[in-house]
Amino acid sequence: MSTADIIARCEALYEDLDFTAARQWKEADPSRKVIAYMPVYVPREIIHAAGMLPLGIMGGGDGLEVIHGDAFYQSYICRIPRSTIELGLSKRMDFVDGMLFPSICDVIRNLSGMWKLMFPGKYVRYFDVPQNYRDNVGGNYYTNELNELREGLEHLSGRKITDEALRASIAVYNENRKLVQDVYGLRSREPWKVPSADVYLLMRAGLVLPVEEHNQMLKDYLAAAVKVEAQKRDNCRVIINGSFCEQPPLNLIKSIELSGCYIVDDDYMIVHRFLRNEVSTAGDPMQNLSLAFLHESISTAAKYDDKEEDKGKYLLEQVRSNAAEGVIFAAPSFCDPALLERPMLADRCSEHKVPYISFKYAENSGQMQPIREQAGTFADSIKLWS
Amino acid sequence: MSAKTNPEVIKESSMVKQKGMIAGNYDRLTGTKESGEKVVSTFVPGNLNELIMCFDMVNNLPETNAIQNGMRKQSGGMIMDAEKAGHSEDVCTYVKADIGMMGRGNIAPNGKPMPAPDMLLLSYTGCFTFMKWFELLRHEYKCPTVMLQIPYQGDGKITKNMRDFVVKQLKEEVIPMFEQVSGVKFDIDRLREYLKNSAKAEDNLVWVLESAKNRPSPIDAYFGGVYYIGPMFTAFRGTTDAVEYYDLVRGEIEQRIREGKGPITPEGDMKEEKYRLVVEGPPNWTSFREFWKLFYDEGAVVVASSYTKVGGLYDQGFRHDPNDPLGTLADYCLGCYANNNLPQRVELLEKYMNEYQADGLLINSIKSCNSFSAGQLLMMREIEKRTGKPAAFIETDLVDPRYFSHANVKNRLESYFQMVDQKRSGASLATA
Ligand code: SF4
Ligand code: SF4
Repeated sequence: MSTADIIARCEALYEDLDFTAARQWKEADPSRKVIAYMPVYVPREIIHAAGMLPLGIMGGGDGLEVIHGDAFYQSYICRIPRSTIELGLSKRMDFVDGMLFPSICDVIRNLSGMWKLMFPGKYVRYFDVPQNYRDNVGGNYYTNELNELREGLEHLSGRKITDEALRASIAVYNENRKLVQDVYGLRSREPWKVPSADVYLLMRAGLVLPVEEHNQMLKDYLAAAVKVEAQKRDNCRVIINGSFCEQPPLNLIKSIELSGCYIVDDDYMIVHRFLRNEVSTAGDPMQNLSLAFLHESISTAAKYDDKEEDKGKYLLEQVRSNAAEGVIFAAPSFCDPALLERPMLADRCSEHKVPYISFKYAENSGQMQPIREQAGTFADSIKLWS
Repeated sequence: MSAKTNPEVIKESSMVKQKGMIAGNYDRLTGTKESGEKVVSTFVPGNLNELIMCFDMVNNLPETNAIQNGMRKQSGGMIMDAEKAGHSEDVCTYVKADIGMMGRGNIAPNGKPMPAPDMLLLSYTGCFTFMKWFELLRHEYKCPTVMLQIPYQGDGKITKNMRDFVVKQLKEEVIPMFEQVSGVKFDIDRLREYLKNSAKAEDNLVWVLESAKNRPSPIDAYFGGVYYIGPMFTAFRGTTDAVEYYDLVRGEIEQRIREGKGPITPEGDMKEEKYRLVVEGPPNWTSFREFWKLFYDEGAVVVASSYTKVGGLYDQGFRHDPNDPLGTLADYCLGCYANNNLPQRVELLEKYMNEYQADGLLINSIKSCNSFSAGQLLMMREIEKRTGKPAAFIETDLVDPRYFSHANVKNRLESYFQMVDQKRSGASLATA
């Protein structure tokens, strides 16, 4: 199979706002359940161990006409909650049995309550994570929260989630994490072979497919990508930061590359890479997931940085380890966490002489020209001055 | 400003006392260089005033500073300064007003410079912006910062796990940091004493808020609530001054009820009470008087509001409990209005609509405050559906004058009052 074949499938999944693949998965066995989750992070291992399908919901993108959703939000609120409501009201998510709203910002938090009011009877959980990273403080709290999620899902499915099942799920997701890192690693080394739009679509597919299938897809892609013959261009290497929730239209990602930038790292769909290392499969699985969150999770605006010196550390590390020449801060309009974080990260970039630019987008942004121009100028200036 | 709209014109003794207390606090704050007292910056919702007092520290509330600057028409420039310095136009204007204030020398309302905080206490409820705000302040001040994470009531209840987590953070993170910065050892009995004072003041505060059930209402539970009744509460809760203050207010309101008077406004007693409203959302501060005037000129009084509950939902039964000092602080923080989930917020508003016999609900949606605003349109519909009473929606901002349009708000309110009138005549026709 060629990379083009794989990506064609991913693109079809990406465009399918009826989530047909997930519907089919569910229909294959009447006992199956689907649990959707909003961006950033939820421990999919627990959903998987319950025999359920975790389904990542990233809003409606530019392919969805928002008819009802706009009536629920004022103009100064980002787009992802309104298109998500649209997905709900237009029955595109009617097969979904429950929804997790990770603690990421006030909009998602309130959306969890709106979901309760609008879809009574559905399992809805606001999924909180600790902002205190000490084992016996935040860790204890988080382990208990994980157990509450476990109980909730047991209740929904009517079957126990055993420790063995959890360990097995952790192992499958460890494999997924490893393969995801491999794809990112390959792109970082040879971005001309692995276009960012490919990586993006591959990761999007991982939100809607069973993890086992995604693992196979990643393996196939990796095998095919090394054989790709592509011309290395004189692009500059950039990191995208701030796009962890509402996603830009695919064209925006393509535009950045077309303007002369190779995206060598990003924070799109960070759920796949939230835990940076393997989670232990020995001992208590809940505690392992909890410890991994406390000590191995990436830094993002939805998290609190314990110490001032940690601010921007992860971003600078991304810059260094990917030999990036600049950072593009690309955040959804009205996105509080990304936009409040940005000045601090920008300061760190300045301190370390890392060039950066900033812009905002919306999931339905149509005009790519200004972004292409801005990114092009940025790329030129890097090439000129570095 | 005309003498007529000057709030100094009408003074009850409680107002004189309040003014003195607030001024005294600012003098204490700006005098710490001389006095050697230490300063802690912290937030209003879920604040730990009683605990702070145990360490002899003075508290500085950046939101209150932003409000003060908003009311004195200073915040607009500060916000623009922050935006010029790279802060987004999309984010909470309190944060930008605060950051812009630093750039202008951090001058307190008494004209003296504010001291830099010795410590940041990031105890926040119900709003993520707070977390980033204090990261931004820490970025600036590089001072010790302690975080007290308050889990959100996603399921509409406070679980044991949440409560234990908060208590544990108090014991293992917050108190040790206070001891270290202040050099004062924690004394739980001292905390109990302050909590006793809090509970006393809380009783009277609730009594005052509930006096709005009278007709006419002797208070305005939104404008008056934040101007005369509420501000004392957070920064002074736990002090004997606060106890005395709320005693005084209660006495004054008892008197007003006896005399059948409506609320005090900046232009004197409100005359006829024509509309009783429940209001959701924070007020606009840059045009606070103008905004308020649009209501009292029409005879509209706010009988209950959710915003005055960001400092605690005392009217729903919560009292600080000296017998369980740390547990009660946890309950307090977890229970503030902004930490309630959307269905709880709807229920509370519905309850207010019924208990206070309101004619309608008004939502002031704040452009830069997602914590309050995201979801308010659904809340509005729910309330209309559940109570059959009309609801209206206006949009302003907290401290950014660019987003207050007097004409728009006026139009909206006028048509809203017409709607209430129609609804009433419709109802009376139906019962006739
Ligand atoms: S885009 Fe930003 S503000 Fe909007 S829901 Fe996502 S994290 Fe929250
Ligand atoms: S977003 Fe709203 S609740 Fe949060 S700090 Fe700003 S004004 Fe306060």
